Amino acid sequence: MRDGDFMDQANQAEGPNNPARTMVRRHRLSTRLWHWLNVVAVSIMLMSGLMIFNAHPRLYWGRFGANPDQPWLEIGNAGGQGFLRIGSFSAETTGFLGLTHAADGSPVATAFPGWLTIPSTYSLADARLWHLLFAWVLAFALLGYLIWSLVNGHIRRDLHITRAEWSPRHLWHDIKEHARLRFPTGLAALRYNVLQKIAYCGVLFVLLPLVIATGLTMSPAMDAALPFLADAFGGRQSARSIHFLAAAGLVGFFFVHIAMVLLAGPFNEVRSMITGQYRLPAERTR
Amino acid sequence: MTGPIDRRRLLGAAALGGGSLILAGCDRLNGSAGFRSLLQEVEGWNMASQRLIGGQRLAPEFSIADLSPDFRANGSRSAAGNAVWEGHVAAGFANWALRVDGLVRRPLDLSIPALAALPQQTQITRHDCVEGWSAIGQWTGPRLGPILRAAGLLPQARFIVFHCADTLGSMPYYESIDLLDAFHPQTILALRMNGQPLPVRHGAPLRLRVERQLGYKQAKYIMRVEARASLAGLYGNKGGYWEDHSDYPWYAGI
Repeated sequence: MRDGDFMDQANQAEGPNNPARTMVRRHRLSTRLWHWLNVVAVSIMLMSGLMIFNAHPRLYWGRFGANPDQPWLEIGNAGGQGFLRIGSFSAETTGFLGLTHAADGSPVATAFPGWLTIPSTYSLADARLWHLLFAWVLAFALLGYLIWSLVNGHIRRDLHITRAEWSPRHLWHDIKEHARLRFPTGLAALRYNVLQKIAYCGVLFVLLPLVIATGLTMSPAMDAALPFLADAFGGRQSARSIHFLAAAGLVGFFFVHIAMVLLAGPFNEVRSMITGQYRLPAERTR
Repeated sequence: MTGPIDRRRLLGAAALGGGSLILAGCDRLNGSAGFRSLLQEVEGWNMASQRLIGGQRLAPEFSIADLSPDFRANGSRSAAGNAVWEGHVAAGFANWALRVDGLVRRPLDLSIPALAALPQQTQITRHDCVEGWSAIGQWTGPRLGPILRAAGLLPQARFIVFHCADTLGSMPYYESIDLLDAFHPQTILALRMNGQPLPVRHGAPLRLRVERQLGYKQAKYIMRVEARASLAGLYGNKGGYWEDHSDYPWYAGI
């Protein structure tokens, strides 16, 4: 069978001999395609976005915000030291944020360092070219994936968080299991657990749409075409701040996601996202 | 031999090596002519889609309460060095006149009193710099459309070019828009800012406000408005100082 839901595959997976070794089809082709397309698009968006941020490394709340106004976040340098300031909190970040050093030791005044940005040396114009091309990729890949996942039942069957799963007891149980690094085994490993669902739904339905909508809000032509956008976010500079925070949320998801893949068995997990084939983890005996 | 530490080190080294390969690859792509032309292709998609969705919709306008307390001046803060402009500043722009020419039937020379005698439009709008910051200001001046109508655009005219008195590096600043934006109801030649004559640091005596595009399109220190059939043959052929200098897109709606 090609792209059924997990339980059907699981039933098929219960072979007579050594079910723990059974290979099952884990991820649909649409999920695998979107996943890897998104790896490219999100990485480029984040790295070119950091270069765009470098052009004005200050964030504001409200409709306007420029150098004479008070930012809530600022990355800069003063007196030969890089700093990150958030509200009244300030930290010295020389070598990483605000001020780095070139190979020959000469200081480079830059908010985010070159090894995190596209391109690696300062160019607002080029970073915007990359950002605005891959914005199309990101947005249309998401739109296509959401529509297709609605049609093929991925959202309803695999991502939908049931009332039972929302119960505090169930949530607490899953949190404890994760904290002990006890991941589901056997057939249970074929279904997303509730924390996974919350993370994936958060990315699919909150962070990515938010980062796209706030991105559009920064366009003066889109603000004329769709004026409710800026109003909804509390002004263009608020939208810019939310854009940055949503991007930070995606970075946070990335680190947790990678950590979970490493803990759950990177070979099996990565294979399942490339070929779709997944080896069922053996049932825990106790 | 392959204990967990070694494997971890190997993975770390692979990640680091992979990361720097990807970065180097991106930089190489960034420099390749073919990939750059793909990147620049996107300007057309952005313009077509934004024009499709936005048509001639108006940019949001704000109230006096929303004004930036201190509107940041960026780019040229003066056209000092240009002797003609310096002479006009010294004379309080009494002898200054805006030249409107190119593909028009009747070239015009419009003094400040002549521009001020035209119907004035006041709008409080947000100025969005390509760098990411925004400032809100109040602008007053005549609409560009009726001035172009008075000059009588020839049918071949497709672009309106703004020639400025300021220079960046050694290059004169200039900008250009197409007729759709030139005749947009909020496109004005601003003589006044926040109720005062346009300050020098914001482009005295006259600057463009084309409200649905980024800050670098808002030409300051305008001396001459020229109607043209094409942007080719003018400076770097791309229709504006930053377009020529840094590959900024000519269409700056995003």
